[in-house]
Amino acid sequence: MNVRLGIWLLILLLVILHQDFWFRSDGRLVLGFLPVGFAYHIALTIAAAGTWWLATKLIWPADDDVISSSDAEGTES
Amino acid sequence: MIQLGIITGYLVLLVALGIFSNRLFRGTSQDYMLASHSIGPVLLLMSLFGTTMTAFALVGSTGKAYQTGVGVYGLMASSSAVVHSLCFFLIGVPLWRLGRRYGYTTQIQFFRDRLESSHIGLLLFPILVGLIIPYLLIGVLSGGAVIQKVTVGAFQNVFADFDGGVPPWLGSLVICMIVLTYVFAGGMRGTAWANTFQTSVFIVLGVVTFLLIAGRIGGQDSLLASLQAATQAVQEHHPEMLTRTKFPPALFLSFMLIPLSAGMFPHLFQHWLTAKNADSFRLPIIMHPIFILLVWAPCVLVGVWATSATVDGELLIPEGTSPNAVLAMMVAKLCGPVLSGLLTAGILAAIMSSLDSQFLCVGTIFTRDIVEHYAGSDRFTDRQIVVIARGFVVAVVAFTYLLSLLEPRAVFDLGIWCFSGFSALVPLVVAAIYWKRLTAAGACASVIATAATWVWFFIQSDFAKNPQYSFFGMLPGVGMIGASSVAMTVVSLVTRAPSEKTLARFFPSRNG
Repeated sequence: MNVRLGIWLLILLLVILHQDFWFRSDGRLVLGFLPVGFAYHIALTIAAAGTWWLATKLIWPADDDVISSSDAEGTES
Repeated sequence: MIQLGIITGYLVLLVALGIFSNRLFRGTSQDYMLASHSIGPVLLLMSLFGTTMTAFALVGSTGKAYQTGVGVYGLMASSSAVVHSLCFFLIGVPLWRLGRRYGYTTQIQFFRDRLESSHIGLLLFPILVGLIIPYLLIGVLSGGAVIQKVTVGAFQNVFADFDGGVPPWLGSLVICMIVLTYVFAGGMRGTAWANTFQTSVFIVLGVVTFLLIAGRIGGQDSLLASLQAATQAVQEHHPEMLTRTKFPPALFLSFMLIPLSAGMFPHLFQHWLTAKNADSFRLPIIMHPIFILLVWAPCVLVGVWATSATVDGELLIPEGTSPNAVLAMMVAKLCGPVLSGLLTAGILAAIMSSLDSQFLCVGTIFTRDIVEHYAGSDRFTDRQIVVIARGFVVAVVAFTYLLSLLEPRAVFDLGIWCFSGFSALVPLVVAAIYWKRLTAAGACASVIATAATWVWFFIQSDFAKNPQYSFFGMLPGVGMIGASSVAMTVVSLVTRAPSEKTLARFFPSRNG
């Protein structure tokens, strides 16, 4: 499968999974203190970071030829 | 008094940081506004995050969770985790590339060039400044509210009307002056350094606050047992706060559009342009969601616990408390004076790390897009340009400060209106980057549709006094984005396409 398409489908999946109507009125607790819907969205946040890591590895859009490295003076980390 | 001493010490430290970064100032307007494009990935991550996470993230999230429960995390935080990075990826990187190639400092310069139209700038300028003012207002209001709550009792004789705390008008004024001082001293470089420092402060102190509050509310030997005890109190008294039932599905869905606003924040555009190279964006894109988690999750839990937490049998946060005050009250009541002072400094750090970029940005767009554009870039020296930028910033800050004295509103609700306006302009910037057929008339139609629908909805909502106001069960922002997109598309398709020369500059791979 086309990698670019795969990454964009993953991002679309995150958007769909964000609409978690299945936990909307569920008050059960994870680890005894985290409401399950809340824990789910925390997991979704971590999944988002992972997806964006993949995106920057596999479909990074930018070329760096705009400015040569010698042009960038006094870089600050 | 101890809290006040710590807060004062922190504010002095910030001013010192601004003065230190002034030593690195190269004396040019390019350095003042864009730090000479020298910012690497770590500083970019910290400054982008510090800029996007405002009082809205700390004070607003806690207050909204206190009112509506844990659903506020999904509503704003996990959606931002997906959408903010999307904006950096799809909008930030291409704009950085175009900005470096053609020397832009502001969004309006880009739009004027891309659309071959000077008028679009005149139309956008008041809209962008007009939308930034409520955003500034959020920070100014929150700063004053936080300082007042944590200093209650410190000045019983002087400020008896404010429970002995520093009055909000005075706290807000001090915050404005401090931020102005270090922004003026250090420009964008000072802002980036201050943002990095402040972002570190509010993340670390935020986590410490959370652990302390959990320990105090739960009152158990282990952290996990305390966390469980704190949540169990909510389960007993307000179980609905542990669900998302207060947000209907359509409303929840529409909130996904709010973080899109990051794609059109003028101050974020300016931060993007400070990047040394495109690779500097990789770290912010990946880590931004994790930072959101670190800030929002503790605040939301604290807000929910506040609904049911008791001390000596009495409710910690009395019913009817202003949502803006919940976090500060929790900190003041549950942590000792030293920690309370430190944690307050952390909250103020979050507030100021957004205000600084916004202050700098309004000065930049005024000088670049109005003064230089119409008077000519040779009319003023670089030094004069910096002075003009600072003068306009002072005027906008003074106006915002005066507004803050008139009528404080809930930070969260104020933020939604501001973000909705910026979100409605995002189709325009996306089209400018990716759609060759976008025309100047289409862009003007989009901006006018945004402004008209914003004003219409704002009036319909009784000037934001009715937080329940909705558009077919969704946020009014959905209507704004729809109107903006339709107007842009239809008008672009019936007007003359941009010249081949312009298209070749902005879509080189497809035209060259």
